Amino acid sequence: MDTQSTLEKVLRGIAITAVILFFMFPIFWIFLMSFQTNETILRVPPSIVFEPTLTNYKALITGRLESTAGALEIEFMSNLFNSAYLSTMAVIVGLILGVPAAYAFGRLKFRGSEDIAFTLLSFRFAPPLLVLLPLTIYFQQIGLANTYFGLIWVYQLIVLPLILWIVRGYFEDIPADIEYAYRIAGHGFWATFRKIALPLAMPGIAAAGLLAFIFAWNNFIFALVLASADKQPVTVGALAFVTASGIQYGQIAAGIVLSILPTLALALYAQRYLVEGLSLGAVKG
Amino acid sequence: MSDLALEITAVDKFYGPIDTGVHAVKSFDMNVARGDIVALLGSSGCGKTSTLRMVAGFEEVSRGSIKIADREVNRLPPVQRNVAMAFEGYSLYPTVNVRDNIAFALKAKRLPQAQVDARVNEVAEMLEIADILDRIPAQVSGGQQQRASLARALIRDADLYLLDEPMGQLEPQLRTLLRGRIKHFIKERGLTAVLVTHDQTEANALADKIAVMEDGEMQQFASPAEIKERPANLFTGTFIGEPPMNVFQAKVGRADGRIGFHLAGDLALIYPAEVFSAELHKAILGKSEVALGVRPYAVRRVEGGAPAQVVTNQWLGDQSHIAARFAEGTLVLVEHDRARVGVGDQIGVELNPRDLHIFDPDTGDAISHGQELA
Ligand SMILES: Nc1ncnc2c1ncn2[C@@H]1O[C@H](COP(=O)(O)OP(=O)(O)OP(=O)(O)O)[C@@H](O)[C@H]1O
Ligand SMILES: [Mg+2]
Repeated sequence: MDTQSTLEKVLRGIAITAVILFFMFPIFWIFLMSFQTNETILRVPPSIVFEPTLTNYKALITGRLESTAGALEIEFMSNLFNSAYLSTMAVIVGLILGVPAAYAFGRLKFRGSEDIAFTLLSFRFAPPLLVLLPLTIYFQQIGLANTYFGLIWVYQLIVLPLILWIVRGYFEDIPADIEYAYRIAGHGFWATFRKIALPLAMPGIAAAGLLAFIFAWNNFIFALVLASADKQPVTVGALAFVTASGIQYGQIAAGIVLSILPTLALALYAQRYLVEGLSLGAVKG
Repeated sequence: MSDLALEITAVDKFYGPIDTGVHAVKSFDMNVARGDIVALLGSSGCGKTSTLRMVAGFEEVSRGSIKIADREVNRLPPVQRNVAMAFEGYSLYPTVNVRDNIAFALKAKRLPQAQVDARVNEVAEMLEIADILDRIPAQVSGGQQQRASLARALIRDADLYLLDEPMGQLEPQLRTLLRGRIKHFIKERGLTAVLVTHDQTEANALADKIAVMEDGEMQQFASPAEIKERPANLFTGTFIGEPPMNVFQAKVGRADGRIGFHLAGDLALIYPAEVFSAELHKAILGKSEVALGVRPYAVRRVEGGAPAQVVTNQWLGDQSHIAARFAEGTLVLVEHDRARVGVGDQIGVELNPRDLHIFDPDTGDAISHGQELA
């Protein structure tokens, strides 16, 4: 294996570069766009030579957009906060509910457990549009529309199945006898769950939490329908850049860069867990 | 308080639905007296681990009752049964070191640290693992993990100790050494233990009683000597003992004061009728056919004995194992001197009636053992 020919190395280098270019180019382009004005973005032919400007970021951060059509209020920063708040809370609630449930599904093979677990997973198959209308009506009737609480609740549709299925695979991978050994030594069920099962499944829980966070963060459709301006996350807030006087590509790009940053930072931090967690969860049926 | 530490009564275990699932343990009975060591012997997959796991509470009892220290425990969670167990797969907790693995039961009881340390060291020294206490399980060998797992069980103050193949990974020398120490440890403290083993020497050396299991059923539950001398059936007879008991089918005949066992190949073993008791006469003669068992070390070579032809002759360093063609089957005999016979040699063998084990060929149950003869 270590006697790799130079040709192989070169070919592999080229292949890797090609893949990276292919996947990274849009993000790279958006990154460049975020430092340009609409005029330089829209010029033909496009060029990567331009005079960088911070106006897009300034507009987003101060919340005032000065354009040819006059000043415009934008709520990007509060949207960003909403995204962070909604996703974090959704993941926390999802973990509190999902991890014990995953343990139950993984360890205590009770009657119908497979069916219930599968039903929960099937929430991921259903197109959200299918449930949106009835959900909106119900939420309006019971006063949950346009509340953080209601949104976090709906977000469970996204995060719960994900957490459940990844973490469950992890619990199943822990040899049951390790837990038995602890229980027979005089510890109760709950102590065993906390002291043995939870720590051993931690990589999986971290991976599931991270992935759920990203999914929640990227959600658009639920928030679009169920949240109004003051509760909406960045994914929906970005629509504000489509103004009467044209589409503000520069600000959209800057908005994207800013909203990618938190998830990117989180993903880089937990990269190791993520790969491990996903592959382990996937191997187990 | 009775003097029984464990009572297993009519226990069945099904994996999966009752009556249609895998029937791993079948109407199993076993009473273990306080202070006894019981060895569970049986071939792989016969239900030994399943039995221990039901006693420990990790597997549900499908039918029947289990009592530990006079308490019915069928429905009690493991934590309330006060039993200690060494697992077949060790099951050490991977993220803490061997010392903490061994100690975590004592910690649950909030013993003072000094006392915990003293007991961990004592058990660790007994099992020769004192030098690896500060490593995590992944950094020690399989045999060391096994001993750590055994230490984790022995350190407890439990009503019952369940040891599932506690020394399977160790080399014979260490096994012999530890066997003595463990027995001393258990006996000195008056503990009660049930241990699973595949090593008959270990069972004989450690156990007060041996339970022989096959296919989920108890075959015999008796002292090592009794099992050896009076096997309850063909299975126990052939399973216990190395090399295994020789078994031949024989037709029973009787003529002028003699009883003859007619083997295949026109071979007959004729004995004076009076060596068998009157009851035995009836029992044997009631059958037209029996299975005759004789242990290899009980077969003697004599001039003019029943004819046999040597097939192999192996010198094992302290004994000779001779296999010979006999009655259209193979007869194995053991001699403690180096036997001067070669392949193909004709020899004569003698089977003393006192060494014969007679079994019912249909049910396999023992009819008589030569030892019972006056
Ligand atoms: N969880 C299970 N589900 C279904 N069948 C099982 C399960 N555990 C064990 N069995 C079956 O029950 C029978 C008894 O298994 P057990 O583990 O008790 O055997 P054992 O005597 O301990 O064998 P060994 O000496 O190989 O450890 C076997 O046929 C086994 O395949
Ligand atoms: Mg076993």
